[in-house]
Amino acid sequence: MEKESLFNLLKQDVRFEEGFNSCMNCGVCTAICPAAEFYNYDPRKIVDMVQTRDNYTILGLLKSETIWYCGQCMSCKTRCPRGNTPGSIIMVLRLVSQRLGYFVESEKGRQQFAVKRTAGDNILKHGYCVPAYAVDPDKHPEQGPVWEHIYNNLEHMIARAGGELNGKEGPLRRFSPEVMQELKNIFKVTGGQDLFDKIEEYSKKKAAEMGFEFKPDGTDCEYFDYVFTYDSGCHFCDSIMEEEYETGGQEKNMEGISEGNT
Amino acid sequence: MKQEGKKRIWKEFQKEIPDDHFFFVRSCIRQSFFPGSEQFLIKLLREELGKDIYEDPRHTTCTGIGYHSDVVPFETIQTVVARHFALATERGYKDILISCVTSFGIYEEIVETWKHFPETLEKTREYLYKATKREFEVPRTILHTSDAVYKFKDEIASRMKYPLIDHRTGEPLKAVEHIGCHYSKMFPKYGVGGAEFPHTLVGMIESWGGEVIDYPERRHCCGFGFRQYLIQADRGYSMSNSKKKFESMEPYKPEFVLANCPGCTMFMDKWQYTIKEQEGKTYGVNGQGIPVLTYEELAGLVMGYDPWDLGVQYHMVQSEPLMDKMGIPYDKDKKYIAKDGSKLEAPKNLINA
Repeated sequence: MEKESLFNLLKQDVRFEEGFNSCMNCGVCTAICPAAEFYNYDPRKIVDMVQTRDNYTILGLLKSETIWYCGQCMSCKTRCPRGNTPGSIIMVLRLVSQRLGYFVESEKGRQQFAVKRTAGDNILKHGYCVPAYAVDPDKHPEQGPVWEHIYNNLEHMIARAGGELNGKEGPLRRFSPEVMQELKNIFKVTGGQDLFDKIEEYSKKKAAEMGFEFKPDGTDCEYFDYVFTYDSGCHFCDSIMEEEYETGGQEKNMEGISEGNT
Repeated sequence: MKQEGKKRIWKEFQKEIPDDHFFFVRSCIRQSFFPGSEQFLIKLLREELGKDIYEDPRHTTCTGIGYHSDVVPFETIQTVVARHFALATERGYKDILISCVTSFGIYEEIVETWKHFPETLEKTREYLYKATKREFEVPRTILHTSDAVYKFKDEIASRMKYPLIDHRTGEPLKAVEHIGCHYSKMFPKYGVGGAEFPHTLVGMIESWGGEVIDYPERRHCCGFGFRQYLIQADRGYSMSNSKKKFESMEPYKPEFVLANCPGCTMFMDKWQYTIKEQEGKTYGVNGQGIPVLTYEELAGLVMGYDPWDLGVQYHMVQSEPLMDKMGIPYDKDKKYIAKDGSKLEAPKNLINA
């Protein structure tokens, strides 16, 4: 692997180009960051690590837990005195991590499989990210009984608002096959389908490696349950992750280089 | 100081909002979980104010929740949004009215990217044509639906039946206004008042008689966090951020929260239920929860529309204490009804019910 190759890969994304000017390490992004308050997360350090352009350091990030902590509120963009957008840099790191298969090397990265199987699949099945009929209340108990009421009485709620569930127009209308085909075509020509396929492919491999049952679609399988619910408890401000920060994740992740993942 | 001078000084915080002819696109969250808000927005603009608001039923999700939880590439979302622009172009509309703050931020990001990197616009045109044979013009204005309600706030005030005043004491009601992060934190020029002085919801509350609370964590994120909520194991992040806000606003005794983002509306409401279940803690006065409303729900309430037709009962924290203060009449038996008018069983454990 040539020096700077991963940095150059990141740089191909216009969001990286736009969001990554020279960082002076002031830490304002970390000061305002909601994720930094609860997670062992420091966007200042991440931008500084990317700024080294060092392949091993960036590889460490692509395999790390830390790039998955950001909530993408983008408060960092408002405050950076040099116009950087650490949140956008994170988005590019996450995309590259998924395209190269490194996301399955971290607990939080593996969760992308569950995101793809829920919000991702909803897009191409229904034309919506989170249509109420596809959001299982059992997977959202903290939303309270009103969610279950909506789930069970969706037709009535939409009618009360003056619409028709699965009608031709209005809230939660059903899209024609032609509309859905246009959406699928867009995913195919722009790389959206390819990203979905990569998330599936790497997750399937990881599930086999970890000994979890894996099914080709849906949410009813052991691997989905595992990534959706498992929390090692090692992600918070007082947890053991400090060691990984200090090494930039290098020692832990060096072995991945020889695995042919790139 | 004359108004003109003020406008000049505050020029960078102004936003031009067109008066008419809007191409409307919906929010995945809003049409799923509180559809009354979008339906009332259309009624308000079309029937109350006589405006032209057009919705093409072929517009899909913008894919924004997928984009911000990193399973949808930038090229893909640019092309899906370009398809929406193509539908608007085909119908002759130049101003896009966006119901979702996540979508709104994405539309801003895309249009700004096309300005800074013109090759991305050309690439998107190629992708869209290849996928759909459609072509598009970049819209003249990117509007959020709260911008439109802000624009017409004084017309709404002139039709008001129940102002934001406690009718028993004559005191203005105290409101927390919560602006979604993606409304103006990324591209301040697209928001009324920018990122520093977002005025959209403040303008509505003050125009309708209420008083806005300033509190330390006023601009803190609600905590939705996209993947941080979508994945059950990560939801502690989401709830912790909302809790931080509730604890900060509690001493100021807010009587309601007004939000302009679908996710904020949902999570600042639902996490009050979860915190109450886990810790027995509520943040409103007299042990109550704090109702979280959309700006359409609030506009409809002050104008005297039936609260249940607006859909305020589809939040976990119920609005009866607020409506009692405003003097709004309601029939509890008609809260949850089926299409045929029969009564449905109410959800259990609602707050303030």
